[in-house]
Amino acid sequence: MSGQEVVKSNSQMVQKEMITRNYDRITGGTAKVSSTFVPGNLNELLMCFDIANNLPEINAIQNAMRKKSGEMIAEAERSGHSEDVCTYVKCDIGMMAKGNIAPNGKPFPDPDVLLLSYTGCFTFMKWFELLREQYKCPTVMLHVPYAADGRPTKNMRDYIVKQLKEDVIPVLEKVSGVKFDIDRLREYLRKSAIAENDLVWMLESSKHKPSPVDCYFGGVYYMGPIFTAFRGTDEAIEYYRLLRAEIEQRIALGLCAQSPDGDMPEENYRLVVEGPPNWTSFRDFWRMFSEAGAVVVASSYTKVGGVYDYDGFRHDPDHPLETLADYCLGVYTNRNLPTRVDMLARNIVDYDADGLLINSIKSCNSFSAGQLVMMREIEKITGKPGAFIETDLVDPRYFSAANVKNRLESYFQMIDQKRRAGGSAAAGAGN
Amino acid sequence: MSFRPVGEIVAACEAIFEDLSFAKAREWKDAVPGRKVIGYMPVYVPREIVHAAGMLPLGILGGGADMEVIHGDAFYQSYICRIPRSTIEMAINGKLDFVDGMMFPSICDVIRNLSGIWKLLFKDKYVRYFDAPQNFRAEVGGVFYANEMRELRDGLANLAGREVSDDDIRRSIAVYNENRRWVNKVYDFRAAFPWKAPSAEVYLLMRAGMVLPPEEHTLLMREYLAAAEAANRPMRDNCRVVLTGAFCEQPPLNLIKSLEMSGCYIVDDDFMLIARWLLEDVPTEGDPIGNLSQAFLLHSAETAAKYEPDVARKGSYLIDSVRKRKADGVIFAAPSFCDPALLDKPMIISRIEPLGIPYIHIQYAENSSQMQPIREQSGTFADSIKLWSAS
Ligand code: SF4
Ligand code: SF4
Repeated sequence: MSGQEVVKSNSQMVQKEMITRNYDRITGGTAKVSSTFVPGNLNELLMCFDIANNLPEINAIQNAMRKKSGEMIAEAERSGHSEDVCTYVKCDIGMMAKGNIAPNGKPFPDPDVLLLSYTGCFTFMKWFELLREQYKCPTVMLHVPYAADGRPTKNMRDYIVKQLKEDVIPVLEKVSGVKFDIDRLREYLRKSAIAENDLVWMLESSKHKPSPVDCYFGGVYYMGPIFTAFRGTDEAIEYYRLLRAEIEQRIALGLCAQSPDGDMPEENYRLVVEGPPNWTSFRDFWRMFSEAGAVVVASSYTKVGGVYDYDGFRHDPDHPLETLADYCLGVYTNRNLPTRVDMLARNIVDYDADGLLINSIKSCNSFSAGQLVMMREIEKITGKPGAFIETDLVDPRYFSAANVKNRLESYFQMIDQKRRAGGSAAAGAGN
Repeated sequence: MSFRPVGEIVAACEAIFEDLSFAKAREWKDAVPGRKVIGYMPVYVPREIVHAAGMLPLGILGGGADMEVIHGDAFYQSYICRIPRSTIEMAINGKLDFVDGMMFPSICDVIRNLSGIWKLLFKDKYVRYFDAPQNFRAEVGGVFYANEMRELRDGLANLAGREVSDDDIRRSIAVYNENRRWVNKVYDFRAAFPWKAPSAEVYLLMRAGMVLPPEEHTLLMREYLAAAEAANRPMRDNCRVVLTGAFCEQPPLNLIKSLEMSGCYIVDDDFMLIARWLLEDVPTEGDPIGNLSQAFLLHSAETAAKYEPDVARKGSYLIDSVRKRKADGVIFAAPSFCDPALLDKPMIISRIEPLGIPYIHIQYAENSSQMQPIREQSGTFADSIKLWSAS
């Protein structure tokens, strides 16, 4: 590992400032604050009411990367939560017990509203029921049905739109004191779509060889603005423009993707990854890939806050509430397993990847239940080898570096063998 | 009416419970050419619609305590509960080969994703993930739910090759109203005379209802009640508990027996909640689908899989049951790795603790074999309740 500090690019600096500003707004005491989840988050709608958007998963990730999540989880378990359940929830509850301090060092205010967007994960409902106990603030449920047959139905869309009109919007009006203006929503949605175009360009840039970006470890940073409090803002448009320019330059220079220690010198393996990353040892985990010259060219985790590259979804200002419904219905974990299989198999082919790696997360039934079947199906469809590792999101007890490293090394050897047997060229040959 | 002795009735139920090949359901299917069987998983599906299509709704509740899971473990990681892996095992072993379709209710992400596994592995079968509303307003969640039921009706009609009329559904509603009345009578009887209707027996009787046609199950319950009333059984000095959290993966039968042997009469539970999910009769006049929808919205049981919009009402279903059944305490019995049950528990505890209702928590898997620790825990619980009530 190099101890050198890697110089941050312009887009990284801009993103850092954006995040800092959002935390300052949340903790500043003037704006009304909502809590809501990343999948199915209705940022444009919240903006119509001048409500700041606080996302508990992001707080859990921040705490994990600062090595604070273990103690928070322990705190929640001491207060009666089972060891078996999702650690995002326990990290959040433990954080509250420990003073609810935001990354900027200031205490989080109690939310003014819990917007329970029940999209793609059952646990969300329990999570906000638990928070509601504590905060005693208005809680509004947006039930997003599961797209079990692979596509949303009219009944599902109508149901969501009705909930928006009759439950969500009236509650947000009441909490904020701001009257809903559909034209304001249209304007934000128009901006969302502009940023989403550049985002998709970024995701697809990894079709190049070598890939200029890593779409998992790097991807989680690139997805930040669009998945959180910035979709629909000028800042997000600007961020993705900058990012695109930087990537264009990387392609022109023939650079490999970045690692925690700077640009990777070479690209030996191209992978598609299913499942969220581990956050407690994020950089060590990343290095296990980058040191072997492995780049992730596509991942399902970069679709968790919205799928934009599979069936061409963009927020549509002409159908403002319907588009919010379609957005919620289409997030990755709200899609059925056959669709997830199709998406990943297509990624392997389209991005000319060597295979599929699944990082199976102990906490997350939404992602994890069924992944072993998915792996076998994808292997069957693509003929490319799959591998399976197990970690957790924010619980340091479930990251065994030695195990993960061993598995990865064997997987890379397997890919080598397959290449030798099949006589195919190594990745990174340039195109 | 003449009836068999209680032991014989229970033995028949136990045979149904132990038979993971579902011979009874196969017999039903084979009796008339063209009959179809639709499997469903916990916690709730409107069986009335399946029944109205002339099909047999078959409750699939995992592989139980004794089934060896060989293939299933290749489908699920160690940190996922057991019911999906044993269910897959049954399917792979051909135990469900006669089942024409499967319904997966919206209870949690594990069952939800199992619907996708079914689609991937059993491509020729009818697979329906069945979403129930988490919005309980008639014009919002009610409309959505009624449309989902209509889609279900049309899908089944397609499978059956015949129309499913409103009258068909009304007749099935009446059949299930009757069935539910008798289920409630059995539960009431057990709460009044727990020594006459041991929980393991009641459990087996209700399990039979997962396999038998509802009309037959109703007759069986009537027969059991008459036989149990007539039987002379000694009353024990047990405390009375409500068991909660076991609404999906089922505990081993031995666990239920162990609780009772260690001194706890179970006077209410949430096993197979589907049989008692609707709390009132569904009207048999008018729009049958609208009626089923209304019943779900306004008169259905509270469980972890259902959102409670009113924070003040959280836990009230359990508290009402403790009061109604005059229970001394609560046993939280949750399957390992069950997010819904385990995340709900702290909230429910915060409601019963201030009321001074004692409770314990046990965790199980459908194949748990070590009953001694559970017996000791529930025995101590029973003793402490008795001591407390004597002081
Ligand atoms: S179960 Fe998965 S998707 Fe749901 S809250 Fe936990 S980590 Fe997030
Ligand atoms: S036991 Fe719990 S986690 Fe497992 S399938 Fe049932 S409800 Fe889901």
